Amino acid sequence: MEAQIGSGGANQLFKSLGTFMRKCMFMVLSVGAIPYHIAFILSGNRKLAQIGSGDANQLFKSLGTFMRKCMFRVVSVGAIPNHIAFILNGNRRFAKKHNIPLEAGYRSAFLSLLYALKYCSELGVKYVSIYAFSIDNFRRSPDEVRCVMDLMLEKVEVLLQEESLVKQYGVRVCFLGKLQLLNQPLRIAAEKAMKATANNTRIVIFICVAYTSTNEMIHAVQQSCIDKLDNHSQALKQTTTHDNANEGVKETTMVKLVDIDKHMYMNGAPNLDIMIRTAGENRLSNFLLWQSTHCMLHAPAVLFPEIGLWHLVWAIISFQRHHSYLEKKKKQI
Amino acid sequence: MDFKDQTQKIGHLGVRLLWHLLHFIVSLWYFALGIVNAIESYLISRGVLKRYKTLDIGKLQYLAIVVESEDAHQITKVIELLQCLMAIGVKRVCLYDTEGILKKSKESILARLNNATLFEEADEKNLLLDHDHNKHITLEFTSSSDGKEAVAKAANILFMKYLQLGDYRKSEEDSFFTEAHMTEALRAVGCRGPEPDLLLVYGPARCHLGFPVWRIRYTEIMHMGPLKSMRSGSLIKAIYRFTMVRQNYGK
Repeated sequence: MEAQIGSGGANQLFKSLGTFMRKCMFMVLSVGAIPYHIAFILSGNRKLAQIGSGDANQLFKSLGTFMRKCMFRVVSVGAIPNHIAFILNGNRRFAKKHNIPLEAGYRSAFLSLLYALKYCSELGVKYVSIYAFSIDNFRRSPDEVRCVMDLMLEKVEVLLQEESLVKQYGVRVCFLGKLQLLNQPLRIAAEKAMKATANNTRIVIFICVAYTSTNEMIHAVQQSCIDKLDNHSQALKQTTTHDNANEGVKETTMVKLVDIDKHMYMNGAPNLDIMIRTAGENRLSNFLLWQSTHCMLHAPAVLFPEIGLWHLVWAIISFQRHHSYLEKKKKQI
Repeated sequence: MDFKDQTQKIGHLGVRLLWHLLHFIVSLWYFALGIVNAIESYLISRGVLKRYKTLDIGKLQYLAIVVESEDAHQITKVIELLQCLMAIGVKRVCLYDTEGILKKSKESILARLNNATLFEEADEKNLLLDHDHNKHITLEFTSSSDGKEAVAKAANILFMKYLQLGDYRKSEEDSFFTEAHMTEALRAVGCRGPEPDLLLVYGPARCHLGFPVWRIRYTEIMHMGPLKSMRSGSLIKAIYRFTMVRQNYGK
């Protein structure tokens, strides 16, 4: 209720603030002469930056970075989540809304994701999980599936090419899911990317692809059973007919909760603190069900390609409001 | 050095002050939002807002309610909630709290409600799909022991069967460990409830608090605030919003 209505209202609040600041800026400028007639020659569309306006761009960029860092400095007074998950919802709606091809919608989502990851890293978030592609998504049209897979392959290959840059930012990438469902080039690229970034420690990005939570649980149960099979065989060799010994066999061969936990894909990572699902959807869609027991679910109305700094800041402020309660709940287990 | 320390201290103090100011502004915002929601809820329950009058309750097959364990002690409030749901026309409800306080109070809750049956009894008598029970409500009580711990118990059932596969273990592994078999194993350990369509969370934060994980794959999760501020208008609004949702299930 808070996240869905509040963040739509928060967007309005920030928009109004932006309008107010713009009006203040215009009032200050208006002290001097305002031209009656301005003409624009729309050149430079093919070139990204021009001399002169490039300097102004740099100035505004630096100002923006400075203000963002100030904002993060203030927000960091409170608790910063260790682990944030994103469900990248609303890409197809974004493409439809802007009348652009589906692929362009996914590419816009990727750009927004890069910014989100950058902001998370600057804030000190250690783990970020992304629901890139669900096992259920394979039921989409073959063209759409191919488009997403090709885009993922393209981006992973760029990551491999920019290995030194990725190392400089300390980004470790882990692909989680039923990877055997992916096509071979993507699977090989994913494995290479995981190997290349294994020693990076600043931020860990879990990319969940060909993933569902129920599939992850089944996989963990299967691995636990296989482990226990070895224990069972060894225990059987050592038992006698004595009752106590049989109890001992039973104890070592029972699958416990800790065994299943050990075999979950994200074993070793802290449990989720915030799950952000965009486009105002209120369900988890089979994502990180096991890890989200005490995690705050945040559902802003914005479509994922439109997600920005303020949405992330709002999510973290909401998290800070409930942090002591959620910590208390975690300790009660 | 002293001057530098002093400046740093003042700087830290200034940043902390800004943080408190930021949270104060956000709290004011939520306070104002709370007042708006309370007024809206009042108008909905009085029937003033027309669009909430035509509620397609048939779309809501199974409703789950997560109650913060401290609030779960307020049995009167829980009964009031269930009575509101019955008045709206909800027929099947699963109540969950982490510590199982509602489970321990189930006899008391059933006694104080008219026409309420336990889910397990209704399941045995095949009453769950009986739409003639107009004013009847079926209640299921769950706690954290029906969540991850139940998955561990179900895993042991699968393990025992896995052992029995003997020499065929290796070849049968992938077809043995499936979601269908896990669902079956969960039923065997007593977790027979279906997946809820909608889960309402009564507590400080929007968090499912360990509701049986196997059952909330595609469940809509809505936060209703603390149980003490439960209103029938908010319930109607939440159910109405649920009926407007269109799911693709990943497609």
